[in-house]
Amino acid sequence: MSGTFVGMPAFPAFPVAAHEAVNNQTLRGNLRHATHTIRAKRAKAVAEVSDWAELREAGKQIKDHTLRHLDRYLVQLEESVTAAGGVVHWAADAEEANRIVVQLVQETGESEVVKVKSMATQEIGLNEALEAEGIRAYETDLAELIVQLGKDRPSHILVPAIHRNRGEIREIFAREMSEWGRPAPEGLTDTPAELAEAARLHLREKFLRAKVGVSGANFMVADTGTLVVVESEGNGRMCLTLPETLISVVGIEKIVPTWQDLEVFLQTLPRSSTAERMNPYTSTWTGTTDGDGPRAFHLVLLDNGRSDTLADEVGRQALRCIRCSACLNVCPVYERAGGHAYGSVYPGPIGAILSPQLRGTASEIDASLPYASSLCGACYEVCPVAIDIPEVLVHLRERVVEGGPVTREGNKVVLRPAKGHAAERAAMRAARWTFAHPGALRTGQRLASRTRRFHPRSLPGPGKAWSGTRELPTVPAEPFRDWWQRTHGGKDGAK
Amino acid sequence: MSSRERILGRVQRALTDVREDDTPYEQAVRRDYLREHGNRTVEETVDLLAENLADYRAIVHRCAESELAAVIGRLLSERGAGSVVVPPGLEPSWLTAVDAEQITDRAENTPHELDRVDSVVTACAVAAAETGTIVLDGSPDQGRRRITLVPDHHICVVRVPDQVVSSVPQALQRLDPTRPLTWISGPSATSDIELDRVEGVHGPRTLEVVLVSDQPSAEDNS
Repeated sequence: MSGTFVGMPAFPAFPVAAHEAVNNQTLRGNLRHATHTIRAKRAKAVAEVSDWAELREAGKQIKDHTLRHLDRYLVQLEESVTAAGGVVHWAADAEEANRIVVQLVQETGESEVVKVKSMATQEIGLNEALEAEGIRAYETDLAELIVQLGKDRPSHILVPAIHRNRGEIREIFAREMSEWGRPAPEGLTDTPAELAEAARLHLREKFLRAKVGVSGANFMVADTGTLVVVESEGNGRMCLTLPETLISVVGIEKIVPTWQDLEVFLQTLPRSSTAERMNPYTSTWTGTTDGDGPRAFHLVLLDNGRSDTLADEVGRQALRCIRCSACLNVCPVYERAGGHAYGSVYPGPIGAILSPQLRGTASEIDASLPYASSLCGACYEVCPVAIDIPEVLVHLRERVVEGGPVTREGNKVVLRPAKGHAAERAAMRAARWTFAHPGALRTGQRLASRTRRFHPRSLPGPGKAWSGTRELPTVPAEPFRDWWQRTHGGKDGAK
Repeated sequence: MSSRERILGRVQRALTDVREDDTPYEQAVRRDYLREHGNRTVEETVDLLAENLADYRAIVHRCAESELAAVIGRLLSERGAGSVVVPPGLEPSWLTAVDAEQITDRAENTPHELDRVDSVVTACAVAAAETGTIVLDGSPDQGRRRITLVPDHHICVVRVPDQVVSSVPQALQRLDPTRPLTWISGPSATSDIELDRVEGVHGPRTLEVVLVSDQPSAEDNS
C-alpha cells in the first residue's frame, strides 16, 4: 500500500515558502483585501443569531459523538445509502479511491466528467489520476475553473483562487478558455459580473452534454442515507442532476447521525464560510430518484489518513472540521503567507493541523506546518465546531520535537525526535544546567554585560536560522542580581 | 481483507482509549439552541420572508389567490418569455393568463431542449423566513430538479402563510429526506472573485417569488 497522498509532490518547508510569498506585493494585496472583506461580514452574520454559542456547542457535540461511534455510523450509512439505490465503495487511501473512480467512469464508456468543487477529490489528486487514464475532468466551480485554466494550485478551502484579483482572472479567461472549449467573449472586462457571465457561457455546453458527474459532500446523514452539497453558483446542481451517473467521494468523517442534525450545520456553515444567512443553493439527495437526476449513484468512502488522525487523542478534534474556512480568513499568518506556502490543499490554521496528521510528519513541509502559527487563537474563536487549533498545534510541535507513538496506515509506530531540533535541545540543556548552578550563572551574566559592545546582531552557526527572524535581546550594562545587591533592591535610590 | 474491513478495523482500534458509552443519541447532544429566533406573528414572519428574499436579490410579489393567474401572466410577458416549462402537476388555473408557449416537463426532455426554454413556473414545499429560503422537493407541482435550474428565469409560488416557517430547524422538520431537495436562497451567486458576492452564475439569474395568500385584500408590492 502506498503512503497517504494529499494533493501534491514535495514542497519546501513553510518558512521557506512563506518567505517568498510575503515579498509578493500583489499576493499580499489580494489576500488582505479578500480576507478583510469577509471578516467583517462574517462577524455581522454571526451576530444576527443570538444562540451562536449554543449552535457551536451542539455542532461540536454532534461531531464528537459521531467520531466516537464512527464505525457504527459508517455501517449504518452504508445500509441506508444501499437501501436507497446507491452503491457504496470503500477506499483506504488516495490510490484506491482514484482507482475506483477511474473504473466507474470507464464502465460508463465516457471520457469526460464534470466536477463539483470538492476538497476530498483535490486531496487525492483525482483530476491527475483521471487524466492519466485519458479522462478529462472539468472543474465547474468558478474559483476551481480559474485555478484549472491558470494551471495553478488552490490556495483557499472555499475560494481556491483567492490569490488572484479580477484583473488576473480576466487575463486567464481571455487566454485559456479557448483551449478548453468555448472562448471568452470578445472585449471581456474585469468586472466580476462579466467574469461570472463568461464562466456561465463557457461551462454551459459541458453541463448539457455531461454524462458523468463527480462531487464530494458537506454532510452524509447516517439514518437516512442522504448526502448534502452546499454551494452558491448552481454548478453543483448541474453536476448533481443532469448527468446519468453521479460519483461522490467523501471523507469518512463527514457523517452526521440524523436528519435533524442538519439544523445545526445549515445554520453555522453558511454564516461561517461566505457570511450569508443561507447560501444560494443546497442540494440533498438520498440514493437515486426515478425520473429525476442520475440513474446510478456511487459513494466512495475515503479514509486516507483519517482513521490515523482519529487515533490521536488530542489531534482527532480536527476531524470535526466542516471546511468553512473561517479560520483561514481571520489568520494573521495566512493573510500574509497565502495558501500555497502550506504545501497542501488544506491551507491555513486547519491545514496546519490536518495535513501533518493525514500525511504524517515525515516530510519537511509537514514537520514545519505545526509552527506556521503565532498561536494567537483567532482560529479557535471563529471555528463553528470549536476545534482548539492552538492546542493541536502545540501537541503536534511536541510530537515533531520529541517524537513518540503515532498511528500510520492503521499501525502504531514510534516517531524519532526530529534532527533539526538538536541545537535547540542542546541550548535548553545548557540553560537548565546554568540555572541550576548560580555561580556559573553569575559569572556568565557578568561576562555578557562587560562584553556587550562586541555582541553580534545575529547568532553564528546553528543559531543563525533562529536569529534570522528575531531581534536578539540587548544585554543590560549590569546583571539584575548585581544591581539588586548593590542598591538593596533600589532602596538606596541608585539607578 | 477488503478495504471495508480494513477501514472499520482501523477506526475501531483508533477508539480503544474511548470508554464505552451507551447514552442514546437523543440525550447525547445538548440542543439548547433556539427553534426560531425572536417572537413574531404569522404576518410578521411572512414579512420577514419577503424582506430576506429581497435582501438576496429575489424579486418578491404578493397577491391574493384570485389574482395569481394574472400576476404570473404579467411577469412572463414583462420578461418577454416566449416559452415556459411547467411541472406536470402544477395547478392549471395558475396558467390561464399565460401567452408564452407552455411546455409540460416530461422525462424525454433533454437538457439541450430545456436550455432553449425561457422561464419556469413552480410551486414549492416550504419557505423559511429567517434565511429567505424556498425549498423544492420534487412534488408534481415542482417537478424535476433540472427544470428550475437550466432556464434563466424562475417564478416560484409560495402559499402564505401555510407554507411559511420561521427557521431552518422548522423547515427540516417539515421536509421528507427521501425526496431530492433543493434549497434556494436568492438567484445563483458567487463569492469567488475577491470574496465579494456577485449574482448570476449557472442557475436562474432571475428568481421571482410570488407570495400568494388566501386573503382577498393582499397588495402587490412588485
